[in-house]
Amino acid sequence: MKDKTIHTMRTLGLGFLEPLVRLFAGEEPKKNGLALVRGTLLPLLSILVFILVWHLGATALYNKEAEARIEKARTEQGDEAAAAMADCIASGDISCQPNTLPSPKQVYAAYISLWKDHLNITDKKREFREKVADTNAERAEQGLDPITYTGRPSFVDQIGTSLKTVAAGFLLALVIAVPIGIIIGLSDVLRNSFNWLIQILKPVSPVVWLLLVFMVVKTLITDPQMDKSFIISAISVGLCAMWATLVNTSLGVSSVDKDYINVAKVLKLGVGKKIFKIILPASFPLIFTGLRITVSVAWMVLIAIELLAQSPGLGSFVWEEFQNGASDSNAKIIVAMFIIGIIGFLLDRIMLTVQQLMTFQKA
Amino acid sequence: MQALIERKHQTVQHLKDQPEMLVCDQLKKVYPTPKGDYVVLDDLNLSIRKGEFVSIIGHSGCGKSTLLTMIAGLNDISGGKIKVDGTPVIEAGPDRAVVFQSPSLLPWLSALDNVMIGVKQVFPHASRAQKQDICKYYLDKVGLGADFDKKAHSLSQGMQQRVGIARAFALKPKLLLLDEPFGMLDSLTRGELQDVLLEIWQREKITAVAITHDVDESIFLADRVIMMTSGPYAKIGDELIIPFERPRVRKAVLEHPEYYDYRGYLMNFLNH
Amino acid sequence: MAIIELNNVSKSFGMGASRVDVLSDINLQVAEGEFVAIVGFSGSGKTTLINLLNGLAFPDQGEVLLHGQPVTGPGPDRGVIFQNYSLLPWLSVYNNVKLAVDEVFPQLSSKEKASHIKKYIGMVNLTPAMDKLPKELSGGMRQRVSVARALAMNPEILLMDEPLSALDALTRGSLQEEIIRIWSQDKKTAILITNDVDEGILMADRIIPLTPGPKATLGPEFTIDIERPRDLSAINQNDDYKKLRNEIIEYLIEVGASRKKSGDQHYILPDLKPVLPGRVFPGIKRKSEKVKYF
Repeated sequence: MKDKTIHTMRTLGLGFLEPLVRLFAGEEPKKNGLALVRGTLLPLLSILVFILVWHLGATALYNKEAEARIEKARTEQGDEAAAAMADCIASGDISCQPNTLPSPKQVYAAYISLWKDHLNITDKKREFREKVADTNAERAEQGLDPITYTGRPSFVDQIGTSLKTVAAGFLLALVIAVPIGIIIGLSDVLRNSFNWLIQILKPVSPVVWLLLVFMVVKTLITDPQMDKSFIISAISVGLCAMWATLVNTSLGVSSVDKDYINVAKVLKLGVGKKIFKIILPASFPLIFTGLRITVSVAWMVLIAIELLAQSPGLGSFVWEEFQNGASDSNAKIIVAMFIIGIIGFLLDRIMLTVQQLMTFQKA
Repeated sequence: MQALIERKHQTVQHLKDQPEMLVCDQLKKVYPTPKGDYVVLDDLNLSIRKGEFVSIIGHSGCGKSTLLTMIAGLNDISGGKIKVDGTPVIEAGPDRAVVFQSPSLLPWLSALDNVMIGVKQVFPHASRAQKQDICKYYLDKVGLGADFDKKAHSLSQGMQQRVGIARAFALKPKLLLLDEPFGMLDSLTRGELQDVLLEIWQREKITAVAITHDVDESIFLADRVIMMTSGPYAKIGDELIIPFERPRVRKAVLEHPEYYDYRGYLMNFLNH
Repeated sequence: MAIIELNNVSKSFGMGASRVDVLSDINLQVAEGEFVAIVGFSGSGKTTLINLLNGLAFPDQGEVLLHGQPVTGPGPDRGVIFQNYSLLPWLSVYNNVKLAVDEVFPQLSSKEKASHIKKYIGMVNLTPAMDKLPKELSGGMRQRVSVARALAMNPEILLMDEPLSALDALTRGSLQEEIIRIWSQDKKTAILITNDVDEGILMADRIIPLTPGPKATLGPEFTIDIERPRDLSAINQNDDYKKLRNEIIEYLIEVGASRKKSGDQHYILPDLKPVLPGRVFPGIKRKSEKVKYF
């Protein structure tokens, strides 16, 4: 029972909790206690140290800017204005707060306000839905589209949009890159002839892809009702991120161990069986490595692409806050930064778990 | 010792009426290198009868593996002919099953599936139950009766090689080719696997060619030991008939009065 | 008085359900100047045994004594030669040996060190390759560097963990002779771990088998009375040699047979004839050995 729990935890990437489980089972308390401290408590401690350093840095910057403002007021308008400025700053009046790196407290406050805003908007959405339920039922009978909520999306909605876009982009990359990678990997001729094309297209910036996709999609999809920005974002993300998978798949397929190929020859396996039973499984490790890189690249370029494509996700959230310039904008941007980082980490972890489940571990 | 030298070139008696299963006629193999052509084998002539077990010894790099891969159809012939059961060799096939030096099992499949993939190819007309029986029979015979469903990557080298042997025998080949099959194993596991190999072989008496650099192994396994000269231009140097009774029991073989004479003869050839 | 001994030593790894008892109740006394060979199956704990002797691991039970004192860690008094050479790939042959000499003899002048290093490189016949990098050397040559490095530290005891297993038969034979030749000059105490019975008989005064794991222990000893220098092809006719060799091999077979597993089922082989699977592109012969479809 205990061993099974540990094995499951390891597969899920929670291996650092293993000493805790063993402690509960009463096994070698001293050794496991030490391992627990090293694996869990010390990292937590380092996070706390980080927050402390951040807080000190932010406070130092705050004080510096505050003094600069007071000095400016003194030189421009005299001592009374300077004193007034000092009072203003001390009182916490929003109009004269120094605008610099937010401290952890401010970021936390911004996070709370975003969450409250989300709850607020969810309530509004629910009320709206109830209000138009009957109207929408009638419209459905007449074959018309229902009326949807057109208010501004909350922060959590935006996270949802981003995740959907990255999933769509990743799937697109998967569906394009893996089959092409296999075909190219199998044939020397094709590999050499397309190599230059791949190498040139690989380093192209996401912004350029976005513009290209925008041009094409604009021409192809003429229906004004469709949500073009989502499609454009998803396709751009997919195109930017697929190169890692493509290269790794073709590498994996072309470098299958010669011994396995010999086995296929001796058994006289047909083309289909050779590919699906021998070459593909043998190249799974490399393909999955490529997929992991693809996921992380996709998440990274997503923010930039959403920003430009005006898709209502995290990217546009960051841009709007920046444009806004409100007093807690900086703090909100930093909240977004942490959320982006944590989601990226989780996505990578999920890919890692899937990879471990699907590929074999070399003994 | 004298009797040994007098006997060594006679045909293996109990096989002299069998048809020839493998014939190599003036075989030649050339590798092009930047410094010019490198002739690995030249004018190599070999004839093996059905049911015979032949082992080939020689120094590393003398071309033994090249010869074997050419017979298997995995390597091109530069000159001369190879015929197996009358048909010329063009490409690889399950009628010439190979046991490779490194087990080359598909690591993501279980032991059973590894044997099954070959069985499916040569017995498409068999029912599913029959195919399972074939695989299980051979796996049991090599000592893996309790490990059918273990993934190949979790087996030790010795166990993997056992699966390799089972896989080769399950194809019911005309010719069994073994390329230093136990070279990667420690000499004690090697002994165990030699016994396993002979035990299966005893039942079916498939014509077999085994390459080895271990003198004791070559004597223990074979009816005839063929000595290859060193490359380049390697060819068959000498032959020795091993008259020990089958089935071979290691203790009896080791204690045979002439065993060390044979051993000495072969070591002499290798050290010449 | 034994120079190194193991008394009732046991060693395990892991905890709980994954605990493995590698070695159990090992007793060994090696006298000074003796050459002992331990023969065993792979995976039976030979490397663990060497690690206990050279101080990289500590016994769970029992004691490992050197000159009567417990071993507390590795030291230059025990030189080790591993199976995979472990040479530093960015250093030349000379510098690899120099690294060891600098550690053990810091007090020597650089001229003395240089002549010391060159002496041992010459002993393994690698003087012409002194400035080459490991990647330019063959497997046998790399192992010789390993030997030179171990000897240059002037250890009291030489521990060898399957040093020649990774080499082909010919190189193995010549290196065996070379190691014995060097050993005969100083007659250091040597413990060799090997899986080849012939290698043990050629080189050692005593052969002790290690039974297969888990819970591996040392089997009965076999003393080798054959005179040195020993030549494998010459002693092939020696009756004592034949008897000894057969005894050891038969003992190992008995011990190995006990670990064979067989299922309870008996399977019946259907009587079917095999068919040749269809060709992919009939009549077309594959030219190259790479996978080509287009």
